[in-house]
Amino acid sequence: MPNMSLVKNKIPEQDPMVRNKNFKEVALGYTVEQAMDEAKRCLSCKNHPCVAGCPVNIKIPQFIAKVAEGYFEEAYQIIAQDSSLPAVCGRVCPQETQCEHLCVRGIKGEPVGIGRLERFVADYHNAHAKDEVKRPTPNGHKVAVVGAGPAGLTCAGDLAKMGYDVTIYEALHMAGGVLVYGIPEFRLPKAIVNKEVEGLKALGVKVETNVVIGRSISIDELMQDEGFEAVFIGSGAGLPSFMKIPGENLKGVFSANEFLTRTNLMKAYKDTADTPIFHGKRVAVVGGGNVAMDGARCALRLGADKVYIVYRRSEAELPARAEEVHHAKEEGVIFKLLNNPIEILGDENGFVKGMRCIKMQLGEPDASGRRRPVPIEGSEFELDVDTVIIAIGTSPNPLIRNTTKGLETNRHGCIVTNGEDGLTSREGVYAGGDAVTGAATVILAMGAGKSAAAAMDKYIQSK
Amino acid sequence: MYKIVERKELNPTVTKIVVEAPYVARKAEPGQFVILRVDEDGERIPLTIAGFNREAGTVDIIFQIVGATTEKMNHLNVGDSLHDVVGPLGNPTETEGLKKVAIVGGGVGCAIALPVAKKLHDLGCEVHSVVGFRNKDIVILEDEFRACSDKLVLMTDDGSYGVKGLVTAGLEELIQAGNEYDEVIAIGPVIMMKFVCQTTAKYNIKTIISMNPIMIDGTGMCGGCRLTVGGETKFACVDGPDFDGHQVDFAEAMSRATMYKAFERKRHEETCNLFKKEVQ
Repeated sequence: MPNMSLVKNKIPEQDPMVRNKNFKEVALGYTVEQAMDEAKRCLSCKNHPCVAGCPVNIKIPQFIAKVAEGYFEEAYQIIAQDSSLPAVCGRVCPQETQCEHLCVRGIKGEPVGIGRLERFVADYHNAHAKDEVKRPTPNGHKVAVVGAGPAGLTCAGDLAKMGYDVTIYEALHMAGGVLVYGIPEFRLPKAIVNKEVEGLKALGVKVETNVVIGRSISIDELMQDEGFEAVFIGSGAGLPSFMKIPGENLKGVFSANEFLTRTNLMKAYKDTADTPIFHGKRVAVVGGGNVAMDGARCALRLGADKVYIVYRRSEAELPARAEEVHHAKEEGVIFKLLNNPIEILGDENGFVKGMRCIKMQLGEPDASGRRRPVPIEGSEFELDVDTVIIAIGTSPNPLIRNTTKGLETNRHGCIVTNGEDGLTSREGVYAGGDAVTGAATVILAMGAGKSAAAAMDKYIQSK
Repeated sequence: MYKIVERKELNPTVTKIVVEAPYVARKAEPGQFVILRVDEDGERIPLTIAGFNREAGTVDIIFQIVGATTEKMNHLNVGDSLHDVVGPLGNPTETEGLKKVAIVGGGVGCAIALPVAKKLHDLGCEVHSVVGFRNKDIVILEDEFRACSDKLVLMTDDGSYGVKGLVTAGLEELIQAGNEYDEVIAIGPVIMMKFVCQTTAKYNIKTIISMNPIMIDGTGMCGGCRLTVGGETKFACVDGPDFDGHQVDFAEAMSRATMYKAFERKRHEETCNLFKKEVQ
C-alpha cells in the first residue's frame, strides 16, 4: 500500500539559530526509515511526469521503488545511469520547479520528496559502497574539457566512461567550479564535490588545475599542438555585474563572487586560512537570487548582527529557490523588498557607512513578463550598513571568446551553439553550461555536458 | 607543485626565486603577472613576472616581504615548491611603435620594470631608466638595468648612492634636458606612480603605470581589483594591469589597497612568531 500522507517527510535540519553561526550543513538528510517511508508516497504512476521534468531524465520512479524496498545501492545504480553528480543535485537542484513540480502527488498535497530521496541514496552510496572503479578500455582518442564545474565534470565523466583519454583544464587551484567557489559549505559540503572529482580521476580523467585557457594555452593550441580531437568549453559565467551607482568602489562593497570565493574556496571563515575577509556588522546584499541568499547567509555566519536582502521587486518575483528564501528568513535575514539602491555612502576613510535606497512599486509587465519595478518619487531613505554585497548576476568571461578565432558569441557574450549537441561555430569545439546559457543551474549545466559528450563521441567516431 | 630551482636574496627584504612553471614560461610577456599560493591554506597573491626562460620552463619572481605570504615564501629554499602558480595573467605591456621611452622604477617595482626595459631595448627602442631606492643598502638590479638602458639614472632618497632625490626629479631633469619621450612607463609604489603622472602631465607625455591591487582569482571573477580609470570602473586583472596613468583615480586605488591592513599586519606578526619558534 502506498503511503497516502499529504505531506513530505520533513528533513531533519540544524536549528536556525544554531546553524546561522556555523558553516556545517543545514539539512542533515533522511534516516533509512524516513527515506523508505517517503519512497512509499510514490505511486509509480504510468506516465511518470517527473522524469520529463528532470534535465537529465533520471528514472525517478524506478529508483524510488528500490528505496521503498530498502535496496539503496540498486537505487543508486539507477540514478547513476543518467546523473554523474547525484549527491550534488540532491542538494542544489531546484526540484520544486522540475521533477517535483510535475509529481501527481503534488496535485493534492505535497509532491514526493524526490530531491531528498536522491540525496539520501547518493549519501548512502558514498558511505557504504566499496568503490571498485573499473577503468574503461581506452579507445585511443584524446579530448579536452575546459573548466571543472558541473558541465565540465559531467562531460569528462561521460567521455571517460566511453574510453576517451580526457584532460580537464581548470583556471583555479581546485576543481569544482561554482560548486567550490560559489555554493557555501553549509549547502554543499566540499567533501562531496571532492569525492566526485576523485571518482573521475579514478576513471582516468586528468585534472590540470592552474591553467587559464586563453592565457596559459589557447583552444587552437590544444587542438593543433596537444593533439586533442575535440574540446568542450564549460567555462561558466564568472564575470560579476555591478550596478554602476556612486560609491560602488568603496571599501566594504564586494561582488558576491568575491565575498563567496573568499568564504568558500579560500576558507576565510577558518582561523587557519591566510585569506582575509571583511567581517561586516550590518550587511546589505543586493539581489534576490540563490547567490544573494548564499551571500546573506554567509554574512550571518561570519558574525553580522543585521543582514538585509535588498531586492527591487516583490517576494513573488524573487528568483531564488523557495527553500533558500525560507532558510534565509529562518536564520534571521531581513528582506527589504521593493527597494532599489541608488548610492553607497562612504566615511572619511573610504569605508561604507550606509546605502541610499528608493522604494519601488510594481508597474506594467516588462519584456521578461514580470511586472516592472518603478521608483516611488520622494521615497529615498538611508539604510545603515557597513557592507554591501552585489549579487545581481554574472556573465561569461571574455577570455576564451577573445582568443578563439571563429568562435561565435551573442551580444551577452554567451557562446552560440547548435542547441542540443552543444556544437559551436568551430568544428570539434563544443560548449555548454553557463558559458552558453548565462548564469543558470547546476543541473542544466550537467545536462549540457552530458549531451555534448554524446555528440563529441559521435563526431570523433564518424571522422 | 611548482619547484623553486634558484633563490637569491637581492637585499634584506627582497628575494628573487626562479620557479618551474612551464605553462607560464611558455607564454609570459613583460607586464604580465602570476597568482600564487604558498601552501594549502594559503591566500592567492598576484606577483608580476620579473623574467622567464621558455626553454627551461621557469619564471623569475622577485618579491618584497610585506606580509604573511611573502614571509612564508622567503623561508622556502631551492628544492621546495610553491603550492600553486597560475598565469600568465593580464595583458602584456604595449611596446609596439615606441622609439624612445623613459622607464621609472621605484624600489621592488624595478623588478617588474626590468623585463619591460629589456624588451624595449631588444626591439631597438632608446631606453632611459630612472630607478629609485630609499638608500644604498636596498639597491637592486643595477647591473641588469645598466645592460639594457641607453641612459641610467640611479637615485636614492638619502643620497647614500647615486643621485640624491626622488625619481620624479630625475625624470624631470631628463625631460628638461630636451629628451622627447614617446611614453613614460612608471612602476613602483602607487604614491610614486601618482607623482610621476603629475610630473609628466605638465609636459603632456603619455604615461603608463602598472597597477597591483588586491585580487583573488586574477581572471575577472572577483572584481576585487577594480579601479576607476577615466571615470569608468576597470578590472586590473583583465583590463590591465597597465593603465594610462593620467586617467587613474589614485586616491581611490590607495584607499582600496588598505582594505585588509589590520588583518594583514596581525597575520604577518603571527607568521613571524611561528618562524622564530621553529628556528629555535
